[in-house]
Amino acid sequence: MTTVQDPKFTEFHDNDQKPVGFGRMLRKEDPRFVRGRGRYTDDIQLPGMLHLAILRSPFAHARVLSVDTSAAEASPGVRLVVTGAMLAEKGLAWMPTLSNDVQAVLATDKVRFQGQEVAFVVADDRYAARDALELIEVDYDVLEPVIDARRALEPDAPLIRDDLQGKENNHVFDWETGDEAATEAVFASADVVVQEDIVYPRVHPAPMETCGAVADFDAVEGKLRLWSTTQAPHAHRTLYAIVSGIPEHKIQVISPDLGGGFGNKVPIYPGYVCAIVGSILTGKPVKWMEDRSENLISTGFARDYIMRGEIAATRDGRILAIRTNVLADHGAFNGTAAPVKYPAGFFGVFTGSYDLQAAYCKMTAVYTNKAPGGVAYACSFRITEAVYLVERIVDCLAHELDMDPAELRLKNFIQPDQFPYETKTGWVYDSGNYEPTMRLAMDMAGYADLRKEQEEKRARGELMGIGISFFTEAVGAGPRKNMDILGLGMADGCELRVHPTGKAVVRLSVQTQGQGHETTFAQIVAEEIGIPPADIEVVHGDTDQTPFGLGTYGSRSTPVSGAAAALVARKVRDKAQIIASGMLEVSVADLEWVKGSFQVKGDPGKSVTIQDIAFRAHGAGDLPEGVEGGLEAQICYNPSNLTYPHGAYICVVDIDPGTAQVKVRRFVAVDDCGTRINPMIIEGQIHGGLTDGVGMALMEMIAFDEDGNCLGASLMDYLIPTSLEVPDWETGYTVTPSPHHPIGAKGVGESATVGSPPAIVNAVVDALKPFGVRHADMPLTPSRVWDAMRGRATPPI
Amino acid sequence: MQVPAPFEYERATSVDQAIGLLERLGSSARLVAGGHSLLPMMKLRLANFEYLIDINPLHDQLGYIRVGSDSVRIGALTRHRELLESDELASAFPIFRDAERVIADPVVRNRGTLGGSLCQADPSEDLSAVCTTLDASCVIRGPRGERVVTMEQFHVGPYETAVGDDEILIEIRIPRRDNSGNAYEKVERRAGDWAVVSAGAAMWLAADGTIADARVGLAAVGPNTTGIPEISATLRGQVPSEQAYEQAGVIAARSCDPVTDQRGSEDYKRHLADELTRRTLRKAVERARS
Repeated sequence: MTTVQDPKFTEFHDNDQKPVGFGRMLRKEDPRFVRGRGRYTDDIQLPGMLHLAILRSPFAHARVLSVDTSAAEASPGVRLVVTGAMLAEKGLAWMPTLSNDVQAVLATDKVRFQGQEVAFVVADDRYAARDALELIEVDYDVLEPVIDARRALEPDAPLIRDDLQGKENNHVFDWETGDEAATEAVFASADVVVQEDIVYPRVHPAPMETCGAVADFDAVEGKLRLWSTTQAPHAHRTLYAIVSGIPEHKIQVISPDLGGGFGNKVPIYPGYVCAIVGSILTGKPVKWMEDRSENLISTGFARDYIMRGEIAATRDGRILAIRTNVLADHGAFNGTAAPVKYPAGFFGVFTGSYDLQAAYCKMTAVYTNKAPGGVAYACSFRITEAVYLVERIVDCLAHELDMDPAELRLKNFIQPDQFPYETKTGWVYDSGNYEPTMRLAMDMAGYADLRKEQEEKRARGELMGIGISFFTEAVGAGPRKNMDILGLGMADGCELRVHPTGKAVVRLSVQTQGQGHETTFAQIVAEEIGIPPADIEVVHGDTDQTPFGLGTYGSRSTPVSGAAAALVARKVRDKAQIIASGMLEVSVADLEWVKGSFQVKGDPGKSVTIQDIAFRAHGAGDLPEGVEGGLEAQICYNPSNLTYPHGAYICVVDIDPGTAQVKVRRFVAVDDCGTRINPMIIEGQIHGGLTDGVGMALMEMIAFDEDGNCLGASLMDYLIPTSLEVPDWETGYTVTPSPHHPIGAKGVGESATVGSPPAIVNAVVDALKPFGVRHADMPLTPSRVWDAMRGRATPPI
Repeated sequence: MQVPAPFEYERATSVDQAIGLLERLGSSARLVAGGHSLLPMMKLRLANFEYLIDINPLHDQLGYIRVGSDSVRIGALTRHRELLESDELASAFPIFRDAERVIADPVVRNRGTLGGSLCQADPSEDLSAVCTTLDASCVIRGPRGERVVTMEQFHVGPYETAVGDDEILIEIRIPRRDNSGNAYEKVERRAGDWAVVSAGAAMWLAADGTIADARVGLAAVGPNTTGIPEISATLRGQVPSEQAYEQAGVIAARSCDPVTDQRGSEDYKRHLADELTRRTLRKAVERARS
């Protein structure tokens, strides 16, 4: 059942009306952030702490002939200089990636991308460490780099990964999904077939806080404490244990406040390992914080997919099949963060929100001399690329059929009675009701009037475009039967303890990077046991204090950990009910739950509050037979399926015909993320994601020159959008709960980042229709738009 | 955190004392004004100076806008924000406010200075284009006294000026004439970015409405800010018209020397030189008439 809400609802409940459960309330964590009292990794100061700086390769591909550290070692304040050769002696020069590849911690044989780690210095302060880097002499033999992914598999392309036994080319993997023959059959007999080459260029998460760590190894206790910028503290701890040999119970990973993650803080970076090695070798705490350039050139990027999209349809606009061929650039080491059985992440949802007869994808991934990764970045495991492909190619079809793109989508949606719906690539969409979401977006935008306005403007030579995207995401990874990362199942634990006075602490395995977990999870628990959110402490980000789980990325916190929080609260409530039955001297079956208290059915005067029950659980007097004291529970939640949020986005752009500058005039975003816990936090996530989308669509790209020099090594070169590039966001929502999630929530963290780029690009292409433009690749900078107007649109890479 | 190489730092107490330090330290020293170009370059270790002489304490002496009847004199330490907010300056030369609105962001504008911008001599720098458009001259002081140079003489090459190792730019002088109008336009990929291309135009009208004089200055389309004498020669004596602006635009596109980079292709930049020249000339004439 879908509920359509009035989109004009903007009233804000102030703090005096805090909901005991779901609803708008200010974020509990914000007072410390707005008062400058957040505590980030770089705020960690330990007695005797030393500082680490990393020397990086200036070349994309070169053999390391020699590294001379003698001058650096003699530099004032320097305690330690470590090279790849030294790490190799300890078996630590290489480490596993999240995709079962290996990555160099410090280069031993070759450097394989510009910015790769070559050596590190530990010194008394960060200035001495940085100055000493200048004194390390490295002799390189520069090799031809592979920069264009299209060149990687050419027979004469230089071999990048000669470290891998028997490797003779730059091939990473081939992957396919769907039914090739069935799809070919549909294409062969279709009225209309449209093909387009679509590039999603490499972009970077660019979190405000760069990556870093403070490692403190206590040789007496044999214990490693590691404060680090990680979205997945538990997974990191396990991997450190496996790689370093330090027993897992002697490793404590603490992820303090994070200044944004966006997937950038999922992998383990060489810098973290260097800090640990530095602390072990010096016997002192060691801090490493990368600078902005290091973050941009060496850490996990996103996208870099070169896609050929094909769509088959009937002449009257019935979509029959979608087929795609993808060349994926994975950089120098395959560091993709995705469940192991999904090397292309969840790209398989490229069939979108449409009821198809067939679908097929063939993908080839290659190594290039660029930074490693292929990691998330608010992409829900490659769903960003999938949604962009399908929503772009559907618009190309509308262009070819001369059909309104809204009408084309409405005609092809999966219908409500088809859910749960199994796609032609094997994904089972849990629930959805697409048309009301689409209609609401069209109403909010005034779609018909916009088209009229566009017609009038076109007659005057003005360029106005209207772009639509409709997306379905697959989030909340994932069921442990088929999803794991390096063997670790993607379930999440949760513990809830109610104190004697009725206050509570809930311990999560996921880690917030700004999403507001301390509020949302308190609200989830509050909704279930009736304790106000203000009375619930949310503990997260410390492996010694929280249960195991795989962390926050792929919009999985609410779908997985949120379910765990609701279920653990229900367990506590069940126990509370038994204790209440003893307090009220009635049977359990005679009690009913009225949020916050148990009442005797038919006698509202006889009730006990959850706070009364908590005190009894810890107090004097008998408890019902078989009930232990205390009021707490723990759980590990294994989701039975992913959740599938959806949304309809409409973007209006104006383009200056003289300068080709794009102005995003309006953006309507209607999201359906199932049950809504805190609408204010949801809107905040949507606003951020939409802004991100403007960045990717119009300006962001990590570009390289032919020698492999990264051209986006500072925020002057790698542009991220400001408030001046974005309109006032117009948000609305529908509610189609997930049937298998305990509270029906679906996750929303990445929806807007996934859904907005195609809406913006579709709007720009629509504006350029008078020039005959059917496709133009991101980033749509003025120069690239001008090229498109002149019939010279070219891929950015 | 990006950290610069070690350097010595001294605060100036007077212009002459600063010149004395420069005389002694030579090219190993650099003046720091707003620091918003110099310090990032030092942090990236693209620039390494042994000494920084901070002239911000001289803001009382060198931060001023004096609007006279026949000229406007602006102290080299006048900050972007002061240029942006001065109504007197906007009334004499609206081009300044046009440009300042699109220079960097408020944080940079609070510190960055006119003299620092000109001395940085970045080919994409906006105020150099404004000063070129207005036919400004620069007052440079050194151990041997003051000298005055034109903008053409001031810019020697990219990131290179006529200011010697022991000299300081202290003032910019702009002549005032009646019946004038001027304007500035910039195309950027994002607010606060350097220009893809920007153009300034100034028009002086004769009593009969014809063009007495016209100047166009372009940024980001050559090794230095480009003033284009051919446009002035072509427009003088003409009646302002779309046809005249078109002629000027064509000359601008032809005369500039842009390169393809991340901000745009050479072709696109030539197109913008044309488009923005026309737009700013049109607006300059509107302003001259009003």
